[in-house]
Amino acid sequence: MNFDLSEDQVTIGRTAREFLGARYRLEEVRRLALEEERGFTDAQWEEIAELGWPELAVPEDQGGQGLGTVELAVVAEELGYALAPTPLQSTWAAGLLLAAAGEAERLAEGRRGTVAQWDEDTDGAPDHSTLEPDGNRLSGTKLAVHDAASADLMVVTAAGGRHFVLATDAPGVSIESAEALDTTRRLFTVTLDGADAEELTADESAFGRAWHAIAVASAAESVGVGQRAMEMAVAYAKDRTQFDRPIGTYQAVSHRCAQMLLEVAGARSATHWAAWALDFEPETAKVAASMAKAYASDCGARVTASALQVHGGIGFTWEHDLHWFLKRANANAHSYGDARWHRDQVAAAVLG
Amino acid sequence: MDLTLSPTELEFRDEVRGWLAENDPGHEPEGDEAGFEFRRGWQRKLNERGWAGLSWPERYGGAGATQIEQAIFYEEIARAGAPQMANTLGLAMGGPTVIAHGTEEQRERYLSPILSAEEIWCQGFSEPQSGSDLASLRTRAVRKGDEWIVTGQKVWTTYAHQSKWCMLVARTDPDAAKHRGLTYFLMDMEQDAVEIRPLRQITGEAEFNELFIEEARIPHENIVGGENNGWSVAITTLMHERAGLAFALQVEVQIALRQLMERAKEIGAADDPVIRQRLAQLYIEAQVLRLNAYRGLTRMAKDGQPGPEGSIGKWHWGEVNQSLTELALDLAGPRAQLVDDPWTYRFLRARANSIEGGTTEILKNIVAERVLGLPRAK
Repeated sequence: MNFDLSEDQVTIGRTAREFLGARYRLEEVRRLALEEERGFTDAQWEEIAELGWPELAVPEDQGGQGLGTVELAVVAEELGYALAPTPLQSTWAAGLLLAAAGEAERLAEGRRGTVAQWDEDTDGAPDHSTLEPDGNRLSGTKLAVHDAASADLMVVTAAGGRHFVLATDAPGVSIESAEALDTTRRLFTVTLDGADAEELTADESAFGRAWHAIAVASAAESVGVGQRAMEMAVAYAKDRTQFDRPIGTYQAVSHRCAQMLLEVAGARSATHWAAWALDFEPETAKVAASMAKAYASDCGARVTASALQVHGGIGFTWEHDLHWFLKRANANAHSYGDARWHRDQVAAAVLG
Repeated sequence: MDLTLSPTELEFRDEVRGWLAENDPGHEPEGDEAGFEFRRGWQRKLNERGWAGLSWPERYGGAGATQIEQAIFYEEIARAGAPQMANTLGLAMGGPTVIAHGTEEQRERYLSPILSAEEIWCQGFSEPQSGSDLASLRTRAVRKGDEWIVTGQKVWTTYAHQSKWCMLVARTDPDAAKHRGLTYFLMDMEQDAVEIRPLRQITGEAEFNELFIEEARIPHENIVGGENNGWSVAITTLMHERAGLAFALQVEVQIALRQLMERAKEIGAADDPVIRQRLAQLYIEAQVLRLNAYRGLTRMAKDGQPGPEGSIGKWHWGEVNQSLTELALDLAGPRAQLVDDPWTYRFLRARANSIEGGTTEILKNIVAERVLGLPRAK
């Protein structure tokens, strides 16, 4: 029994923190969000691909590094901490679903992927779709697809828990830019009009595991976003003086910060546990992943809002960096299943 | 990271589980006195097995178990629905404090009777005018030869009637800065100079007492950790309280939550989407408490002592237990107006959770100042 990261895992996290901190200073995050068409540069993606991050958790026999979900969560937390605009998370999501079907090699050589899941009439269940395939031809509209225009391939969810894969430039696929709450991540509306796709075949449980891992990676990212927003709030509370004293001496402010720590530390514990369960205790993994995603979704949204309050007026300005974190946290909270949906999963598991 | 139990830990778990099954003490009898004697008997039995001071060093009558084994033990006790031991404060706070700060003679004298529940311990820290600002306490101790003469008043003293020893913090140097002039004594409760008055609480029962101390006598040798060094000794006691009890308390939350979920199912409330969301949220919070307790144990195993993070656990526990009992009251519906339900008692009792053992506000100060490094509140 040891509820702490291993030395290797700590090293992975530290390396990621240093690398991302150097490449994605907040001026660069802002530039990518506002000026770069795809939200990232080729040079940035190539560097990430060279690190082996896209296939971090892909099994070795499918050309991956074969690391675990804990390692994935450690890097995901750092992506959130840096608020790095990168198609890495969407590629991970596609990779996890492809790996479930033994097809992760489709993403070899730095190719990028994404997952198209939300139908226009979505009920909020991330793995539930009403898209009825006609043979292998897909028609329908998918909302809020991450990084679709820069992805090479796309995993599409369909009715009956089925998953298809197709190239984003295949005939019958049209990709239209959508305005995103979080502009550090590009979102698209994808319209499929009889697009020819290949079905992925895997056990239901293998797809289930992939969705749980995707939820955990998203939760981990929210932990990182919350951690950074908390650090910004604490630094500001030490620095900002009003009524001749640092505002951090006021308990109305310092207790907010303490609350942030309680939530971020709790979300991290839940996320690490769920990641560990996915690798070592599969019978617990489903409920653990939902617990982590529910708690981390709420944590990210609340902590960033609270950090904004600590900053006062300056935190509400476009010029300040905090709003990027607030937006990422809220967008994350509603991707791959929101807190309410994941709590429903927990209730179903423990109450029947 | 590895959340599975090692073969040795599994073996220990099975041993505890098997022993508890064979030595089921049955139900605690009604009434304070009878209940106390029942828990005292239970502690003796556990001590004979070597488990009362499970994580204490073997040379002091403990089993030298790891923090993880201690946690396993708590979880098994909870799982079996076994009673608490009688000498809670001696085991969780007094003993560890004497081990950390006492002299070898004191360890010889006090530790064994704590384990056997022969001598029960209580805690004399809080005073009517010194709650959160503990260091402002006014109970005075004046030296007279080999003795100290103590006068003052203490409050929130649990088990005062049953206790032989009181962990008493008193002011020994009125001219020193307030944290510096305190001394930690072990006061014999069996003297006329100590008057115990029960303190009736909002539940209607009297779990706590007030102590009126009028020229009580304490031998000089009963000082723990040196004259005027009482503050740091008291902090040790409080840290042990938060860390040690934190684990046991989160186990109790898991049990209460299971009961609440059963109840929700029985009365059909488990199908109500709002109730389902609230129960799921509590389930998640309770799990976070448990995971953070494990994280704390892992850290204690590394650093050898509880850190300020223990404050988060105590604070979070209070919130979770309060929400749990609030939900229980909501489930009771109009019956919540009646006091014939054990949950009504639990609801009332839980209001103290954010006050006892450090108020939530003080714990937030500790987290803000000592973990986040924010400037001190003025």
